[in-house]
Amino acid sequence: MSKAQESVGMDYLQSLPRRWVTVYAPLGIFVFVLLFPFYWMAITAFKPDAQLAMHTGNPFWVVGPTLVHFKRLLLDTPYKGWLINTVLISVASTFVSIIASVLAAYAIERLRFRGAKQAGLAVFLAYLIPPSILFIPLAAIVFKLGLFDTRWALILTYPTFLIPFCTWLLMGYFRSIPYELEECALIDGATRWQILVRIILPLAVPGLISAGIFAFTLSWNEFIYALTFISSSEVKTVPVGMVTELIEGDVYHWGELMAGALLGSLPVAVVYSFFVEYYVSGMTGAVKE
Amino acid sequence: MLPTVAILLVFLTYPLGLGVWLGFTDTKIGSIGEWVGLDNYRYLIGDSLTREVLFNTLFYTVTASILKFVLGLWLALLLNENLPLKSFFRAIVLLPWIVPTALSALAFWWIYDAQFSIVSWLLIRMGVIHSYIPFLGTPWLARISTVIANVWRGIPFVAISLLAGLQTISPTLYEAAAIDGVSSWQRFRYITLPLLTPIIAVVMTFSVLFTFTDFQLIYVLTRGGPLNATHLMATLSFQRAIPGGELGEGAAIATMMVPFLFACVMFSYFGLQRRGWQQGGDQ
Repeated sequence: MSKAQESVGMDYLQSLPRRWVTVYAPLGIFVFVLLFPFYWMAITAFKPDAQLAMHTGNPFWVVGPTLVHFKRLLLDTPYKGWLINTVLISVASTFVSIIASVLAAYAIERLRFRGAKQAGLAVFLAYLIPPSILFIPLAAIVFKLGLFDTRWALILTYPTFLIPFCTWLLMGYFRSIPYELEECALIDGATRWQILVRIILPLAVPGLISAGIFAFTLSWNEFIYALTFISSSEVKTVPVGMVTELIEGDVYHWGELMAGALLGSLPVAVVYSFFVEYYVSGMTGAVKE
Repeated sequence: MLPTVAILLVFLTYPLGLGVWLGFTDTKIGSIGEWVGLDNYRYLIGDSLTREVLFNTLFYTVTASILKFVLGLWLALLLNENLPLKSFFRAIVLLPWIVPTALSALAFWWIYDAQFSIVSWLLIRMGVIHSYIPFLGTPWLARISTVIANVWRGIPFVAISLLAGLQTISPTLYEAAAIDGVSSWQRFRYITLPLLTPIIAVVMTFSVLFTFTDFQLIYVLTRGGPLNATHLMATLSFQRAIPGGELGEGAAIATMMVPFLFACVMFSYFGLQRRGWQQGGDQ
């Protein structure tokens, strides 16, 4: 893109001091406010207990950082198990959703059946139905299927909000792949399945990556289903486990809580930082359609 | 592949239908409910708590959405400037949005703590106040505090989506305007805003929808307290249905949210159509 070249255009109209006031200062405040809770989370996690309760001294820095909160969190609480559960559930439901979404998106975009357009719209509307409306009926279904309090309950219910989103996103990508490629393949005698696997999927890799990251972060962050369908500690996910079990009594163990929040946020932050561009393009693509 | 689509649609619509049906029954956890018609709704509408919760939800949605929109648009405009390290800024700005809400809500809980709040500490040091503020202790303070946490989480989404919209506006329009001698406010009002309207409509629909049905943040920060001042429809529905065991009543509350959401989607849909027509589109 030649954006850098274009956007220099009118900057010379603004003097440097003016730019400081109108651009850099507000931007600095925004970044500070948006990042402060993370900084505070991290600094609390490394602070010894004695410093946490102090009203004197500089609270923004830590003297003698300690790993004792992390140690206690991993050894004395079921946190490690929650972390493993969250990874298992997120990865499994992401895979299920991506496979289903690829098939659905391809069918809606390229098999010109009657009602394809309506089906596409229905997928979009399904995405707009938030989990806080669906959790009660889903709880009834989960009970009936005997899945209550198992990991399967979450692996099978997360796709209800992942699939509509991923399908919508992939439909956009498939639409951008020219028909001619498929027509050539059809002439060469390829089946629909071969076209999908050999031609469409390799071309849609960026789309698959964005959909995958989205699905992974969404299921990592999911809260209400995990809170409703799971009751025993061994199968809880990180967010739910932290909120329901680490908060007990009147004395809060802030060090451990913040250490847990930090560790629980890290995996999504790392995955995200590797694929920022895909993430942003997926997000804005989904909104633009 | 066609069956996939069909199966998906069935699986996605079945829970919704079941939810509406449950709202008309007195189902409890572990027992099959009987059809009770509109009883749940009649009871809920007569209940003063439901009305307070509706007020809370509307207050929460309206204030948080307006703040998110104004601040998000401002941040998008700032990020659209010619900055050094632009993609780095864009990446870190999105962080609040991708981190699990339940976990960042814990951080906010710690920031709002009645005894050790860092905000109170700073204000006392600066001599603005004399005692620690009970951020989550009194009804109005708690309402405002939860709105702030929600806005913090929502700004990145609004800002980054609007930024994508801003980047599609051709710079030649601004250059033409500059030659005509317009002020920067006029430039924003007559070029940026009209061209951005379609994307604003979509982004705000999403934002309103997810604020209206918010659950995690409230559940972690206040669980609806103090004095039910921060209870939202979603948290009330959860409380009645799962710990309370009244699945039917909870489902009725959840169903009551649907008309609001529908109105919101329709509003933006027709708004978008009108714009398309004004700009000479034929869809």
